[in-house]
Amino acid sequence: MVPIHAYLMLAMILFGIGAFGVLVSRNVIVMFMSVELMLNAANLVLIAFSRALGVVDGHVFVFLVLAVAAAEAAVGLAMIITIYRNRETINIDRYNLLKW
Amino acid sequence: MVDYVSTVNPDFSLIAPELALLIAASLVMVFIPWRRMPVLAPGIIMVGFIAAFAYALGQWGHQSSGFAGMVTCDNFGVMFKLIFIVASVLSILLIGQYMKSRGIDKPEFFVLIAISAIGMMAMANTTDLVVMFIGLEVMSLPLYVLAGFNRRSLESNEAGIKYFLMGAFATAFLLMGIAFIYGASGTTNLRQVVTDFNYIAAGRGMYLYAGVAMIMIGFGFKVGAVPFHAWIPDVYHGAPTPVTAFFSVAPKAAAVAVLLRIFLYGFADVALVTKAFWILAVLTMTIGNILALRQDNVKRMLAYSSIAHAGYILVAITVGTQEAISAAIFYVVAYTFFNLGAFAIIALLETRMGAQSEFSELAGLSKSAPWIAVLLAVFMFALSGFPPTVGFFGKFYIFRAAVESNFITLAVIGVLNSFLSVYYYLRVVKTCYFDDVTEAQKPVFVPATVGLALIITTFGTIGLGLFPQQLLDFTRQAIFAFL
Repeated sequence: MVPIHAYLMLAMILFGIGAFGVLVSRNVIVMFMSVELMLNAANLVLIAFSRALGVVDGHVFVFLVLAVAAAEAAVGLAMIITIYRNRETINIDRYNLLKW
Repeated sequence: MVDYVSTVNPDFSLIAPELALLIAASLVMVFIPWRRMPVLAPGIIMVGFIAAFAYALGQWGHQSSGFAGMVTCDNFGVMFKLIFIVASVLSILLIGQYMKSRGIDKPEFFVLIAISAIGMMAMANTTDLVVMFIGLEVMSLPLYVLAGFNRRSLESNEAGIKYFLMGAFATAFLLMGIAFIYGASGTTNLRQVVTDFNYIAAGRGMYLYAGVAMIMIGFGFKVGAVPFHAWIPDVYHGAPTPVTAFFSVAPKAAAVAVLLRIFLYGFADVALVTKAFWILAVLTMTIGNILALRQDNVKRMLAYSSIAHAGYILVAITVGTQEAISAAIFYVVAYTFFNLGAFAIIALLETRMGAQSEFSELAGLSKSAPWIAVLLAVFMFALSGFPPTVGFFGKFYIFRAAVESNFITLAVIGVLNSFLSVYYYLRVVKTCYFDDVTEAQKPVFVPATVGLALIITTFGTIGLGLFPQQLLDFTRQAIFAFL
């Protein structure tokens, strides 16, 4: 059986890539995808712990998280489309009407 | 055959306020195409809020849990539910002509506020981290849409997208934190985390610390604690003003409720938490106040001031005694009234053509609308913490609790910060009363609903300032069942 630390390492690497992507990328869609990667890293942690502890709570939670992530994608993509219509760019640096 | 009804205990009276609001929101949502809906929607949602308020009052004093431990009803949760309802109702009342003047008076607005309030209530009404997470998302998703509600305004678009990205980023941290807490303790229910705590500390301390730290980062974003505050001024500035008013109070109160629950109930024994909150509180107060000093836009100034106010509440969370928690709840109630009052006036002034809520637009307000100027001054005095407004007692109780528990340095930094904040709040008053008018002021029209909102907030600000003891007794009872 694969030890739990292997799963945790993988999840932390995914989480790190996601966080790095949000902070470094200037493309709104890529930033959004990076956030999704972070959420899925958390899902992996939940499943790994759930399996290691032998408690099903984690498995169930993952389904809820998937639903939430889908809702978030619906809202987020709609907003990206709205701002793209008005500004014709998805570069976050160009959204500078309000000072960061 | 497992007897689900007795083990799960689906007692719907525990979630009656949420259900009442959900019914009202669904009703409006389903019938949105009906052409009379825009007129009826505020009324239907208001009825939902009133029913929710009545149900929540009925829950006061009962302590029970149901839905397999997922929903816990206690005075603490009920207190916060009442705060959310009052904040939402006041935010709806203070709209007045604002949405119409921007061409965005859509019934969806009221639905989004109601759904967001349902999420907040779910957050306050549980000791389970899973439900807290779902509640947080149900609260946040409508908020992202509300920030970008004025979809033809570039500022509003930008506020929405920035809020969405930062909010989703924070959510990911929070979720990772919950996952690690789950890994450390084998449960997501804070009650069980508390009872099993010694066992966790023995074996899986690392997971626990990682989880606690990540949850702290996640909620740091939500309450707008420095260094996670960068989104607040932009979002508050860009969003439509009634929405900003809602943002500055209700989601903050929800995040404070969950922070109190998680860190003063669930992880009260984790040693590093106090130190981390000490640093967060000092940074949040100081940087919020310093950045507020140099703002020329009133909305942006209030955004930074809301960061500073979150800092004062974090002081109470750092101290963490019973006194401090009741002081924190007291402060949230007080802040709800005077901050919404201030935003009501800003929204009112913005319904004049071409207004940008810059400081210069306030000049001469004492001549063109003397009553509005007086009320604005009252709210500014309350925000800066002058007696006899409730703002003074809110700060006084927090700092008293800090001194009593030997957090002298923290209390001194807090008091110095409130002196610093006097400068920028009184700058508003000075501009209203003493600055030269550059152009003729347009008269301010006060719709009846805004008038009502102003009356309620003024009574809250001054009335509770004259009788703070009564409110404090209430918040003491709210804490009683919780610890």
